Amino acid sequence: MSWDWQVFFQDTGSGQTYFRWMMSAWGWTLLVSGLSLVVALAVGSLMGIFRTTPVKALVWIGNAWTELFRNIPLLVQIFLWYHVIPSIWKPLQGVPDLFAVVIALGFFTSARISEQVKAGIQALPRGQRYAGLAMGLTLPQTYRFVLLPMAFRIVIPPLTSESMNIVKNSSVAFAVSITELTFFAMQAQEETSRGVEIYLAVTFLYFISAFAVNRVAKVIEKRVQVPGMIGGGK
Amino acid sequence: MNLSFAFIDWNVISNFILKGFLFSIQLTLVAMVGGIAIGTLVALMRLSGKKWLVWPATIYVDGLRSIPLVMVILWFFLLIPLLIGRPLGAELSAMITFTVFEAAYYSEIMRAGIQSVPKGQVSAGYAVGMTYAQCMRFIVLPQAFRNMLPVLLTQTIILFQDTSLVYAVGAYDLLKGFEVAGKNFNRPVEMYLLAAVTYFVICFSLSMLVRKLQQKIAIIR
Repeated sequence: MSWDWQVFFQDTGSGQTYFRWMMSAWGWTLLVSGLSLVVALAVGSLMGIFRTTPVKALVWIGNAWTELFRNIPLLVQIFLWYHVIPSIWKPLQGVPDLFAVVIALGFFTSARISEQVKAGIQALPRGQRYAGLAMGLTLPQTYRFVLLPMAFRIVIPPLTSESMNIVKNSSVAFAVSITELTFFAMQAQEETSRGVEIYLAVTFLYFISAFAVNRVAKVIEKRVQVPGMIGGGK
Repeated sequence: MNLSFAFIDWNVISNFILKGFLFSIQLTLVAMVGGIAIGTLVALMRLSGKKWLVWPATIYVDGLRSIPLVMVILWFFLLIPLLIGRPLGAELSAMITFTVFEAAYYSEIMRAGIQSVPKGQVSAGYAVGMTYAQCMRFIVLPQAFRNMLPVLLTQTIILFQDTSLVYAVGAYDLLKGFEVAGKNFNRPVEMYLLAAVTYFVICFSLSMLVRKLQQKIAIIR
């Protein structure tokens, strides 16, 4: 077998090279991952917080949410948001495909993030919560000013690996024809039969995307360190 | 739109869904057994302290863990025919892929398990004249395996969910069974919904069982 990297400069038939197409596919991968991460962090944190409150109903909602979205495969969840929910609930019919994937990947990951956030809050000494309440803070204030600032710092490392997982999991979007990297890989492989070169390039792009996420997270972790505290500097 | 499940009878289930379900179970079991076996070997390599063993094992584990599973499935589906010179079929190819891929994840679990066994026990094994292999076989691995059993099983539930990704190469698994039935009866929405319910019921009950087991093991220790 011989290499043929020229394949990336071939025309796809629509006036652009495979290289250009791959770059735009990379953009889609990053877009899907980025938007899903925002959804996952917002919803996941909320559900994680719910599960640590003294309010029974909120705990139940948080637990149910986590179990529901953790026990259905991501691909099936994407089909749910893409095929099932729009046909049951009409207003969702006109929205773009990207929406289905972002919601599916976001909610799927939120179940994992809620576990991490819950563990982070529970890792704090119980006295901190009582101290906050004893000072006359309301429960939301206790969370906002006492518990969450430390809990989020604790969970940065697991959240980092979840963020890297999101980049990897965004590959499942190929199933509903989002033109991201995996979809590009499958299509370009079929059209050019230069699968090895194309898969290598795509795999490499996944590598650097995940690596970049890792670096950014490390910078954030450094930035928010509290001296003398868990994981903090001197 | 009105959902209608009236078309579903035993024939639909046994003709379309059961076939896929059996493949998903088969794939999960093969990948679990093979993955834990290879994973344990890789973990031992990583902990051996010998550079020429540590390096390949590290590259294997970290490499696979940073690539999306769908890409790994596509890679194997592309490469295996190139290497053996004939197509292997999506099902067999998926079994090889999942075994190799899951081994990377199982090996990290086994590594943690092996490290959880106190060092003194290995020294004790050597002191009574056991070889390295005997130490591992009779002292370390049984305990590592037992300590990590809940985590290994949780990983297997994730593996079962991930088997749905063979969709990428068109293998006939549980999800595909629902999809084909949905297409045949022109009821795709109902079938996708049922697929979600089925996966949920299976995975949720399994994870409840694992939780029970975890409490049991925690009490014994």
